Amino acid sequence: MTIARRHLLAAGAATAALGGLPAGSRAQANTIRIGVMTDMSGPYRDTTGPGSVVLSQQAVQDFGNRGFQVEVISADHQNKPDVGANLARQWFDQGVDVIVDVPTSSVGLAVNQIAREKNKVHLNSGAATSDLTGAQCSPNTVHWTYDTYMLAKSTGVAVVKAGGDSWFFITADYAFGHALERDTGNFVKAQGGKVLGTARYPFPATTDFSAFLLQAQASRAKVLGLANASTDTVNCIKGAREFGLHRSMKLAALLMGIVDIKALGLEAGQGLLLTETFYWDLNDRTRALTKRVQAKNQDRPPAMVPAGCYGAVLHYLKAVADMGVAAAKASGLEAVNRMKAMPCDDDAFGPGHIRTDGRKIHPAYLFEVKKPSDSRNPWDLYKVVATTPGEEAFRPLSEGGCPLVRS
Amino acid sequence: MDDIFGIPAPLLFGQLLLGLINGAFYAMLSLGLAVIFGLLNIINFTHGAQFMMGAFVAWMLLSLGTAPSGRIGLVLLLWPLAVLLLDWALGKLRLAQPVRIGAAALFSVAWIGSAFMEGGGPLSAALGALFPQGLSYWWALIIGPIVVGATGILLERLMISQLYKLDHLYGLLLTFGVGLILEGVFRNEFGSSGLPYRIPTELSGAWDLGFMFMPVYRGWVVIAALVLCLATWLLIEKTRLGAYLRAATENASLVQAFGVNVPRMVTLTYGFGVALAAIGGVLAAPIYSVNPQMGTNLIIVVFAVVVIGGMGSILGAILTGFGLGIVEGLTKVFWPEASATVIFVIMAIVLLTRPAGLFGRA
Repeated sequence: MTIARRHLLAAGAATAALGGLPAGSRAQANTIRIGVMTDMSGPYRDTTGPGSVVLSQQAVQDFGNRGFQVEVISADHQNKPDVGANLARQWFDQGVDVIVDVPTSSVGLAVNQIAREKNKVHLNSGAATSDLTGAQCSPNTVHWTYDTYMLAKSTGVAVVKAGGDSWFFITADYAFGHALERDTGNFVKAQGGKVLGTARYPFPATTDFSAFLLQAQASRAKVLGLANASTDTVNCIKGAREFGLHRSMKLAALLMGIVDIKALGLEAGQGLLLTETFYWDLNDRTRALTKRVQAKNQDRPPAMVPAGCYGAVLHYLKAVADMGVAAAKASGLEAVNRMKAMPCDDDAFGPGHIRTDGRKIHPAYLFEVKKPSDSRNPWDLYKVVATTPGEEAFRPLSEGGCPLVRS
Repeated sequence: MDDIFGIPAPLLFGQLLLGLINGAFYAMLSLGLAVIFGLLNIINFTHGAQFMMGAFVAWMLLSLGTAPSGRIGLVLLLWPLAVLLLDWALGKLRLAQPVRIGAAALFSVAWIGSAFMEGGGPLSAALGALFPQGLSYWWALIIGPIVVGATGILLERLMISQLYKLDHLYGLLLTFGVGLILEGVFRNEFGSSGLPYRIPTELSGAWDLGFMFMPVYRGWVVIAALVLCLATWLLIEKTRLGAYLRAATENASLVQAFGVNVPRMVTLTYGFGVALAAIGGVLAAPIYSVNPQMGTNLIIVVFAVVVIGGMGSILGAILTGFGLGIVEGLTKVFWPEASATVIFVIMAIVLLTRPAGLFGRA
């Protein structure tokens, strides 16, 4: 009964998304159809959601007209793997060529399977799990923006080097949290540090974290690692200040973005260390992109995941132009192979390339959140502490266990 | 100190205390639900959204001078209160019903329309000019429940009251739908990631209890919740007004025959229940992220609390709220992964053994 209802819901969402297309256009062979599947109604809406749609559209606009049409549609996967999987099947069967974004690791992994099965393209920006280019890697997938390994390495190593050699993790109890906790734990141990304990809390049903904060305090660890995201991270940091954890422990937020810092406020967030691969104020190119898109993006600069949608869509369209629309539509695998063969370059991430396992390679930046007094405008939130070159930032090709690499 | 089941005693005491604090929120919210169900026989699924609105009103009041979107939101949220006051004043002038309805409609169009004017309109500008520093947490504790309570009263008058003759299920569906719509509107306007709200300076800091650090604010929440619960219980069980309420629950037409205005009492009770949710929201604003989903996660647990305590039982809601907060707190120590499930396991057991709930009358 429940399953039948969920199918109906997913079908309804997909129909609503596709309903807007003129019926005639579905038959057009000269149209690339991009489906942005994202979180429109849940906790990741502000870091992905409408921003991902706006930036995907911007990529189409910046790509310009090169003899074929591009359509961008979008839908909400409600952070549920079954809804996302149904939506993906429906989209692919109805002529969508590529699914973009797919935040929430559990949904990303589900869509990953289906894109491979149907030989379409999956350009993931929003999901964090490094399994997408590891054990579960797929020749039809490009994992563009970031992953748990990169976050863990950049933030984890920096904190251990600064003396934080014993950790306690508060972890969201699902694929993403586990991957982030595992990857960070490995770095901490590799650097000679220790993991003294973890508390895995039910996601998304937890609102109060004080019980876990108290356990962290009792563990006498030097560092509190937050292997979660969004509202949960904000609530943990607020709670940690309240219970005085910041006096005895360092806080390491392993996945945090400008939107979260905005929600937390600079007063509570100042001094936090975090890692991102994109920040609007990095260089002239990122500022130029921000200028083009800010007015359409609820008057905010783009966040990291939407910027990843921009880079991935732009590079995909370049590959399509290179190989021809018919060939790109016929085989998602070939389209991804062409993307891997071509060097990448865009305003958000600069030059880079895509590895055999589907991992996009670009630098990672360690940021420190500014003091309120140092912030010159409402979105002036970070200063760069360290830059890791792309080759060092991500997991080495040989260590991921991706079957594509061995063959 | 000794270990208890392998957990150091100080940690265990700390967790018990935290459970009590979370229980305070459960008790406050389930109390409002129980009051509403007791008299209206409506399962108020909008409760989570109303809790969230309370927190948002607190944020809007604090940032009157700095956030134009918050000002406009507040103007819209003040509309029900303004209409109710206007209608009350016109009623005092003994104007005919059609005149009152017409005046209220015109007034509403003007009020809401002003909020959609370029730059937020005169009402929003006036709020910004009058309170450039914003209104503090303490004002929010008073204004929040009044404003949100008024939205509840209007909701009851315009929509819920149409459903009393139908099955409970219709009321549940209506309030559920309204809750979803409210959440969606707030999400579209204010985003999903939340808004910053600081603990008021008077209540910041912490006491060192030896076995744990006790933030002053959390202590305040427990005291405020206890006072509210006790006052509500006294009001309903020990006063003449409460006696009317309880009598109307048993037999509304008989109470009406004695000259009590039962429909008005029902409306005010709903408004009161909603105001309790809003106070909960204001109390929650400084410690949880103020975001549109904040009520959703909490309200599911709170429904379980009401069911376990016995639908409509005031004392049941209070005691079960605190009790389950403690049970959940202990689960977070011994088996964190199950902390969201434990309450529903208890609910299943209680429903199987005592279908009317622990304190309910079958």
